[in-house]
Amino acid sequence: MTAMLEVDRVRKSFGGLLANKDVTLRVPAGGIFGLIGPNGSGKTTLFNSIVGQHPIDAGSIRFEGREISRLRVPEIARLGLLRTFQQTRIYSGMTCVQNMVISVAVSGLDWSSMFQRVPTADLRKAEELLEFVGLFPKRHLRAGDLSFGQQKLLELAMALMSGPKMLLLDEPTAGINPTLINGLLERLRRINEQFGITLLVIEHNMRVIMNLARYVYCLAHGELLAEGKPAEIQQDPRVLDAYLGSR
Amino acid sequence: MKLRRGAVAACVVLALVAPYLFPNWRTQMALLFIMIVFALTWDLLGGQMGYNSFGNVLFFGVGMYVCAIVQRNGHFAYYPGLFLGSAAGAVAAVAVAAVLGSGILGLRGHYFAIGTLGLGIAAGELAGGWDFVGAGGGMVPPLFPGELGGRETFFYYLCLALAAVTLPVLRWLYSGRFGLVLNAIRDDEDKAEAMGLRTTRYKTTAWCISAFFLGLSGGAVGNLLGFIDPREVAFAVDTFGVWMVLMAILGGKGTLWGPVLGAVVFHVTKELFWTYLLGWQRVALGLLIVVIVVFFPVGILGWARERWPERFGHRIEGAP
Amino acid sequence: MENLRLLFDSPVLSVQLLIDGVLIGAIFALAAYGMALVWGVMGLINVAQGELVMLGGYAAFYLYRARIHPLFGIPLAAAAMFCFGWLLYRLVIFRIVEKDLFISILATFGLSILLQQLANTLFGADVRTAESGFGTLFLFGGAVTVAEIKLISFAAALVTGVFLIQFLRRSRMGQAIRATAQNARAARVMGVDTQRVYAWTFGLNAAICGASGALVAMTWVVHPYLGLPYTVRAFMIVIVAGLGNVTAVLATALGLGAAENFAGFIFGAEYQAAFVFGLLVAILVWRRFWLARERRYLQ
Repeated sequence: MTAMLEVDRVRKSFGGLLANKDVTLRVPAGGIFGLIGPNGSGKTTLFNSIVGQHPIDAGSIRFEGREISRLRVPEIARLGLLRTFQQTRIYSGMTCVQNMVISVAVSGLDWSSMFQRVPTADLRKAEELLEFVGLFPKRHLRAGDLSFGQQKLLELAMALMSGPKMLLLDEPTAGINPTLINGLLERLRRINEQFGITLLVIEHNMRVIMNLARYVYCLAHGELLAEGKPAEIQQDPRVLDAYLGSR
Repeated sequence: MKLRRGAVAACVVLALVAPYLFPNWRTQMALLFIMIVFALTWDLLGGQMGYNSFGNVLFFGVGMYVCAIVQRNGHFAYYPGLFLGSAAGAVAAVAVAAVLGSGILGLRGHYFAIGTLGLGIAAGELAGGWDFVGAGGGMVPPLFPGELGGRETFFYYLCLALAAVTLPVLRWLYSGRFGLVLNAIRDDEDKAEAMGLRTTRYKTTAWCISAFFLGLSGGAVGNLLGFIDPREVAFAVDTFGVWMVLMAILGGKGTLWGPVLGAVVFHVTKELFWTYLLGWQRVALGLLIVVIVVFFPVGILGWARERWPERFGHRIEGAP
Repeated sequence: MENLRLLFDSPVLSVQLLIDGVLIGAIFALAAYGMALVWGVMGLINVAQGELVMLGGYAAFYLYRARIHPLFGIPLAAAAMFCFGWLLYRLVIFRIVEKDLFISILATFGLSILLQQLANTLFGADVRTAESGFGTLFLFGGAVTVAEIKLISFAAALVTGVFLIQFLRRSRMGQAIRATAQNARAARVMGVDTQRVYAWTFGLNAAICGASGALVAMTWVVHPYLGLPYTVRAFMIVIVAGLGNVTAVLATALGLGAAENFAGFIFGAEYQAAFVFGLLVAILVWRRFWLARERRYLQ
């Protein structure tokens, strides 16, 4: 089986702090995968390395067999590997629909598209996806006026709008009203199944990740500590140690 | 809708007959249209894209000098020389913007502001030392051939045409994908990059469009004033360069009509009260900048939009 | 470019240019250190920095006219400028401290135009100088000349800098300033009156600029329009040297002084200002591409 994303012995340090110590993981195409670990274990650093937010010190990162560790953020995004942010990032001065329509996949657009009006098909797709995440009634509001949880959903919808092959989600449930989490999980599953998008999810909420992911990677102190099926990970003494030890 | 169309028609008629109604104010009114172009082109970057430039006057100066050089060295008749010169000036300004774009537009926030400030002043200093363009003495464009007073009328209509083209072009740009992407860059450029948008391409194009209109107006203003000084007219960072920013902010950054409004208010106020200040004009201008920026940074339209959001197409709660 | 050949033909000329440049550089360092202080503590880029230098120069000039020797004029100008800076903070700057950077840049740019034009109206556009009456040293058998006043101003700049740094290290207010620089909110929670700290910081900045202006008035000339180049030099030095590193600020400033002097000689004095502003753009663009290699931005 060829992996969709291959992270091979990636090393990244900030000054003297080694945030990722030779991390290796292979994420196959098609499923939902979890990335867990205590605070400061290097999860977000790994995400940033993958999408090109900062250079890596050593190692290689391949997406669909292509080396991407030297590409820049927009180039990687255009390959179909997108991420969402832990602190949501949306275009706060624009309406939800506007946020959506400029998030269409850029790779198919050429120079002439620059000055075009927004195609009706894009508008329709934007509204469908807003409906999908439950923001349709709010579609003409300024995105900055939405609540934090709604902004998170909008960011997710924007990512879907560009039709990525793989999505890296940084704590999708953090800051979301607990009663809405189940609905969100349902949507993530549908994103995976209906849209065929591979998901790699950073998550703190153990119950959520064990429920959602079919395979889990656990980082601790910048190293890959364990990987396996959720049930195995839950039993793994090293993982339990890492979590309990960090408290 | 009917009312609006009537208002627009009235404005057009007024603009067309104004030189005959107020013949003594033709030059001032021509400069008003230039101010409108200044504010609009500044806002394309500053307001819509969030790149606050202090150096846009660079393109104005380049257009002015290139136009004058073509007129001087080209041995054309007056009108062909003027139009070829203006075209060459606009092309040169766009070329400068395109070349500088990838470097300068990669600077964020205050670095961009100060970098462009340096750019504008450096250009003035270079022109002020370069003998080919008359160094500190400046240049004098060729004399207008027509009868006395014809020059003012001609340039009035030229400047009017310039403003009348700039506004709808920008309006058209803002209505499509281009405007949306500029707004996205303003709101969160890192997010725009993370979504794969080709931000550099958009930013450079925006700067080039801005430079195009500024280059054209440079050619016109050089000939209208009949004299080009490197630091006081062409690359006048601390007058035209700051006025652009001030007018756009005064009217309301990031709106289509705000810069127009700001330019009108600023220019009219300036022309009406300037003479009473007896040598304190520039002091007053500095004071005005501080006061507007400190106390009224949202601008006229920005203030109106906060007051009556529904008039500006913003919805507050989820209507269908 | 002929001058470039001249440099190769007579190396001693280079020594002359180098010495002159380095001696100028110390004065730049003062303005740059003040800018770094305000930037670091208040998060404000003061475009009117050069105008503070200019006003300090005029203070020294008028003190000189009142028959006070320019050397005593330095502390007096600094003290006067401290008051001016304090006042400026209480009148205007406090309104823009916690706004976004562009607002503060534009507002201080307006302030810069205001002060410059005010000086032009009040003091006139003439070029002024505060004569100190010192002689000239002849080195290498007269091939290199150094005006004593430049040496003295170099020393005075260093003394002023050391004085300020000691103040920041030792005094109670200095500690409060440094605490505010690290985390204004935490400092406020711990009972530091940050408004007072800001006012002091801006006053100190004005004072140090005033001292450097007094040195400018002694060594060269003052006129209403000298401000902006000083602002740009200070900005350049700060972005190259960083906010917290005094030695780097000094080294960069001396280097800039020397580079500018050489450039002025090689390209001709009429291009020296163009060189300063061009260098600013070049440094910014170079930094931007350098950082882009590391997938980072200058911000």
